[in-house]
Amino acid sequence: MNIRTEPITINLGPQHPSTHGVFRLRVTLDGEVIVDVEPIFGYLHRGTEKLAEERSYTQIVTLTDRMDYVSSMLNNQAYVIAVEKLAGLDVPDRGKFLRVIAGELQRIVSHLVATGFFLQDLGAFGTPLMYCFREREKILELFEMLCGARVTVSYMRPGGVFQDAPDDFWPSFRAILDSLPYFMDEIERLLEENEILLIRTKGIGILTPQSAIDNATSGPVLRASGIPWDLRKSNPYDVYGDLNFDIPIGTNGDSYDRFLVRILEIRESLRILEQCWTLIPSGPVRSKVPYFFRPPVGDCYASIESSKGELGFYLVSDGGISPYRCKVRSPSLINLTPLREMLLGWKIADLMVIFGSLDVNMGEVDR
Amino acid sequence: MTIALKASDVAKALRGFFTDGILRDNLDELWIDSNYLFDLCKLLKENNEFYLNYLVAITGVDYIDRFQLIYHLKSLQHNHSLVIKTELIGRDSPSISSVMNIWPAADLQEREIWDLMGIHFAGHPNLKRIMTWEGFEGHPLRRDHLGG
Repeated sequence: MNIRTEPITINLGPQHPSTHGVFRLRVTLDGEVIVDVEPIFGYLHRGTEKLAEERSYTQIVTLTDRMDYVSSMLNNQAYVIAVEKLAGLDVPDRGKFLRVIAGELQRIVSHLVATGFFLQDLGAFGTPLMYCFREREKILELFEMLCGARVTVSYMRPGGVFQDAPDDFWPSFRAILDSLPYFMDEIERLLEENEILLIRTKGIGILTPQSAIDNATSGPVLRASGIPWDLRKSNPYDVYGDLNFDIPIGTNGDSYDRFLVRILEIRESLRILEQCWTLIPSGPVRSKVPYFFRPPVGDCYASIESSKGELGFYLVSDGGISPYRCKVRSPSLINLTPLREMLLGWKIADLMVIFGSLDVNMGEVDR
Repeated sequence: MTIALKASDVAKALRGFFTDGILRDNLDELWIDSNYLFDLCKLLKENNEFYLNYLVAITGVDYIDRFQLIYHLKSLQHNHSLVIKTELIGRDSPSISSVMNIWPAADLQEREIWDLMGIHFAGHPNLKRIMTWEGFEGHPLRRDHLGG
């Protein structure tokens, strides 16, 4: 007997617990198999680039916090490096080290959140997420000591950071450096040999190296496909040129590798922080930069390795106190480019695994 | 360190294929005629010497009397980079060829520029609004949006 079938189109989102923000997917299904996908976004569009055209260079730091709200420090860092390049500002060594410390702590936070929510999407409801959030909380307390805020930090300024770390920062920092490796052991024991996790992620959502480069993916997504590309190595900024660390890469480019690369990157971040702990010099943290300043007419592009990938700022100055144009090269947006080809042919149950493994942040996609 | 390719070297190598099309070669920017964009980009990607296989970003800037498009290119193999700039005169219906067939990465970025800046990319298969909704009037990143 022939049963007539036809594809069905369903809407996933915009409000869906697994999309971590307002993201909508229009999915066409043939039975359980995905035959077409159309991502729809822009629900969180706040016009950051337009707002930046009317604010001074120092004020824009606060706008960058709100782009990728789980890695504000790294957004700050990308922006201030671009402004320093545009205006030709110097940064004292201690300022650079403090930026690297804050940035790497933020990378750990971002990867912990990514790991926790990824496992939550897989059905490990609550437990691993809460473990990750417990550790995240300790790092957010460090941020509170640095600048008084936990999420929207605005810690960095063109020319350095806005204040030196207080005295009670350092013992707490040391305590995290000592305790976090044990937590990582714990979470690896909990997860890496977990059969359910392996079955649901290994070989699922493969992104080939060729496709990863063609679609200009960056960050853990690119590295999980086996390409050792990290801007901290290939184009060092701040003090990364003086630090020793490795670039973890994956072999298959599947969801498991993207998950594993993030775990391994936390370890590398800890190595970097350990070196910063011994190497950080004393001295000023910020060069003398007035609140309003006028960079010379011109343009520049500068980028850093953010937790999601290459975060770049393209600034155009017309000689005024605010940029003529401020473009953000957002890694989350561009990492979504291969989403369609990654999802086609997989089952609906794999959709959230694949999407979650990309670790996009809607605040940064929509800006 | 990522080495910025000298635009004059690139221009010299490209002049073997194109006599016009290259307008200026400043120190680190290659200025090209917008009509030759697709062919030049294809050459830059396939040429073994440059092999610019990674499209970092496309940016549109509104200079009132003209639009400027900036392409940041990179080669992951050689670790070098190049900036291409091109200009579109006039505000009514600026149009340029899409580079999506060369770098699929251009997909969402070209849609974003179309949505916010109003530059049409000929040959893009799915050029729809991306940040704002269908039916939105105007292009918000233009300097004269809502009276500037």
